[in-house]
Amino acid sequence: MIEWGLYNYWVVIFLMMTGLYVVIARGNLIKKIIGLNIFQVSVIMFYVSMGKVRGGTAPIEAAGFEVYSNPLPHVLMLTAIVVGVATSALALALVVRIKETYGTIEEDEIRRIEADEDAS
Amino acid sequence: MEGLWALISDDLPALQIAVPLLAATLCVLIRRPTAAWAVAMVVAWSSFANAGVLLHRVLTTGTISYVEGGWPVPWGIELRIDLLNALVLLVVTGICAIVLLAAPRSIDAEIPRDKQYLFYAVYLLCMTGLAGMTVTGDAFNIFVFLEISSLSSYALVSQGRTPRALTAAIQYLVMGTIGGTFILLGIGMLYMVTGTLNIVDLANQLALVGPNRTVMVAAACIAMGVGIKLAVFPLHIWLPNAYTYAPAIVTAFIAATSTKVAYYVLVRFAFSIFRINQTFDGAHSSAIAMMLGIAAMFAGSLVAIYQDDVKRMLAYSSVAQIGYMILGLSFANEYGLTGGLVHLFNHAIMKCGLFLVLACVLLRMGSTRLSAFAGLGRRMPLTFAAFVLGGLSLVGVPLTVGFVSKWYLVLGALEAGLWPVAVLILLSSILALVYIWRVVEVGYFKAPPEGADAITEAPFSMLLPTWILIGSTLVFGVWTSLSVGVASAAARMLIGGGS
Amino acid sequence: MTAATAVGLAVAWPLIAVALIVVFQRWPNLREAGTLLTGGSLFAIVAGVILPEVEAGGRPGMVLCEVVPGLRLAFEVEPLGMIFGLVASGLWIVTSFYSIGYMRGHHEKNQTRFYICFAIAISGALGVAFAANVFTLFVFYELITLSTFPLVTHSGTEEARNAGRMYLGILMGTSIAFLLLAMVWTWLATGTTDFTPGGILAGKVDGPQLMILLALYAFGTGKAALMPFHRWLPAAMVAPTPVSALLHAVAVVKAGVFTILKVVVYVFGIDLLATTGAGRWLTWVAAFTIIAASCVALGKDNLKARLAYSTISQLSYIVLGAALATSAGVIGGGMHIVMHAFGKITLFFCAGAIMVGAHKTEVSELDGLGRRMPFTFGAFLLGSLSVIGLPPMGGSWSKWFLMLSAAEAHQWVMMVVLMVSSLLSIGYLMPVVVRGFFRPAPADAHDDRHSATGIHEAPLLCVLPPVVTAVGGIVLFFYAGDIWSLLSGVVP
Repeated sequence: MIEWGLYNYWVVIFLMMTGLYVVIARGNLIKKIIGLNIFQVSVIMFYVSMGKVRGGTAPIEAAGFEVYSNPLPHVLMLTAIVVGVATSALALALVVRIKETYGTIEEDEIRRIEADEDAS
Repeated sequence: MEGLWALISDDLPALQIAVPLLAATLCVLIRRPTAAWAVAMVVAWSSFANAGVLLHRVLTTGTISYVEGGWPVPWGIELRIDLLNALVLLVVTGICAIVLLAAPRSIDAEIPRDKQYLFYAVYLLCMTGLAGMTVTGDAFNIFVFLEISSLSSYALVSQGRTPRALTAAIQYLVMGTIGGTFILLGIGMLYMVTGTLNIVDLANQLALVGPNRTVMVAAACIAMGVGIKLAVFPLHIWLPNAYTYAPAIVTAFIAATSTKVAYYVLVRFAFSIFRINQTFDGAHSSAIAMMLGIAAMFAGSLVAIYQDDVKRMLAYSSVAQIGYMILGLSFANEYGLTGGLVHLFNHAIMKCGLFLVLACVLLRMGSTRLSAFAGLGRRMPLTFAAFVLGGLSLVGVPLTVGFVSKWYLVLGALEAGLWPVAVLILLSSILALVYIWRVVEVGYFKAPPEGADAITEAPFSMLLPTWILIGSTLVFGVWTSLSVGVASAAARMLIGGGS
Repeated sequence: MTAATAVGLAVAWPLIAVALIVVFQRWPNLREAGTLLTGGSLFAIVAGVILPEVEAGGRPGMVLCEVVPGLRLAFEVEPLGMIFGLVASGLWIVTSFYSIGYMRGHHEKNQTRFYICFAIAISGALGVAFAANVFTLFVFYELITLSTFPLVTHSGTEEARNAGRMYLGILMGTSIAFLLLAMVWTWLATGTTDFTPGGILAGKVDGPQLMILLALYAFGTGKAALMPFHRWLPAAMVAPTPVSALLHAVAVVKAGVFTILKVVVYVFGIDLLATTGAGRWLTWVAAFTIIAASCVALGKDNLKARLAYSTISQLSYIVLGAALATSAGVIGGGMHIVMHAFGKITLFFCAGAIMVGAHKTEVSELDGLGRRMPFTFGAFLLGSLSVIGLPPMGGSWSKWFLMLSAAEAHQWVMMVVLMVSSLLSIGYLMPVVVRGFFRPAPADAHDDRHSATGIHEAPLLCVLPPVVTAVGGIVLFFYAGDIWSLLSGVVP
């Protein structure tokens, strides 16, 4: 039975699988990186929804509020986002260099060029 | 001097991370290769000394707990150094320091001089990440440092001379990021179940919760993620390309450190947190690990035999050697785990030594293909002798470190009652003999091509670190109280369930 | 100098030769003098300092270091090791003289490397001889394998490389796959690998496991050339003849059978093997090897190959002696180490002398050579008699004890095997002598008188050593009692 109350986790899993699928199935390096980003974002969502307490408010002490969401996972995700950005930046830099050297960013074409090099 | 020591004496664990991190930015500001190298040298060697002091302290006074910023555990972040990570830290910083000795001559041939300061900066960042993963007592911190070291190693790998380095780096990046994200996911699930990230606290809370499905899935995610980082067969496909096409010095550095730290993380999670030998559904995970380990041993060695490029051959050999370490862990007994940890130590030394030999060969011959080794026994006698000794160590000849590892692994297998596995471990050593001896034969018996340029022995600055490491394989093959002593004490601690 | 320090010194002594050889590599005469001096002084140490102590019942030894807890590098000399050490160090001197004549007569290249590796191999042999536990033995066993590899591949030809591959593959493969496993097993079962009189396994390992462990030791010791792990030995014959003579007839192969003998006596204990019958199967393997190798030897025309198969056959005598697990068997085996060493080294020296003097390698080419090379063929005759086991040669005594042991153990089949093997060895050794002395030289040689008269004795340094060892074989016939009394200290 599907618990609709936990739909956010279904979203996480859907995104995660989408991301992984894109990484595996796409030969275009940019698309691969996009897939990687989707995959990372799914985990960020996972953390964010984990920290949310139903009915809770932002964890700033104020009169009239009893329930607060857990801020820690959200804070952790700041770091994870930074990591994701850094990864994407590095990956894009590499893709630029690959494009300059090989003239393409399609994996199968790169592989073909490399195979030709090996043969010669 | 006294005053300075008193000032930093308590903060040594934190300096292990802070100093290389700050020095990395310093390198970027300096912009001069030699000065940047000098900074890196000072930092790496002082970190090595620092690791020695920390190990000594752990041995004499027990586990060190350092609370960052004064926030009490389990809320604040703790740096926690026990026997296990003190040993790993010593290996990692030691390798960093020794490899740096060879760096200037080697990268002159591979990286333009005006970019070299960046190389040292990234090198130090990578070291920061590795040291951080090792010393931290916080699960999320492991992820953060893992990414620091991974991102910098992607950058380092991409510096290779051929365009292949770029594709190897992006392959490594994609696989590595998937691995890192899986680890993050697993840690998240553990946090959901326990509400804590501190490793000691996690272990205690998990013991109360017991193995429920979320914990299982978390364990699977972490095993999967670390498995990619560790290049456990069949998650190893990034490794041969990355090792082959990275600059020679980077290969020596990464091969000896990043998989070793990943193995440490695996052991930490498996024994300190999940305690697979006590509570968890240990039998199943052990069986899986064992099969993967055996498959790695044979697949890695067999593929290595057919490689034409010696660097690639040693890369596949690393896949096989990681199999040994996984196997040692899978026995989940004291001998086996000692074997795995001793092999971490030993394999780091010998593989780093061997890859430095390849750096020497690359510098002089311009290639590491098998054909470049023709007649090398006469043309570069010292370099090639180092290769032979390192190779014998890989095979496990007695009085080399390889023998000590094999001894404990076989003991572990026999103690677990796994006769066939013990036989398989030894049979796979014979495969190592085959691939090493292919190179040795070419080096000693094949004449160099007609009209080949006269070449000289590798420069002293590269021979020195090579021989320090190769010499260590002999020293630690006979004098084992450091490697085996600490590893077996750590294994006892882990099997006993402490942390 | 106490005997204990002498033991450590003896193992390290050949390394002094290495140093001298390296220093004097540019002056061949000085270099060879270095080898000879070290050889002589080594024998003086072994025979003059260690032997009296062991004869008096002492067990001099020393501990070098402890590699992992319970696993020590240590030496302890007992009679079996004493005998092996004496043989290896004593024959090294003779072989050094022979090497000088042979290597120069043959104009071999890389002589410095040759002498260095040779000296290291001798160090390894002494290490094996004096090892106090299986681990130390294993270390030096591997040292021998590695140091003899460059000797086997000395010529650097394709054939030599293939031989080297097989050599290393079999010797190292079996030792890593089986011997190491056996050692770990022994350690796990008993907590030690020390050689202890009476054995250490009694009560710790039993039943079929005992048989498996024995198999791991027996086949793990590839140097003992038990079939089916014997192929390396004929392959190794591509090495220069001094190597075949000392290493592949004495030091290396004897290190193998010595290991088996020592393991049977000091790890299993002959009582354990005798009562459980765990060694029974090994007698059959040894018997098969004895007969099969002799038959192969009959069919070999190449003289060195024939001698190599003869060695395989003779080595299994010693394994048989160990597997019979009687005191006479152990004494016979130990004695055969000495007797066969003298006999076989003589034969190889002669084969090398024929190669240097007449450039002949095949048995069928030897017709009439005896008259041109009387000393060489005379020595070959004596060596053959010793290997066959006829008086007045030392070889007759070791066979006598082995027969006695087979009778004691009521193994009548084994007695038959020993007798048949003696007949077969007459069959493959005597034709060489007969051809040399009694066949006329081939007709074409008469046509071209130059080539026929061109054949004469090899240089003195090649001829003298076989004569010396052949005479040594006769002397041993009369001094077998001393060896017996030394060896009787091994078994109660």
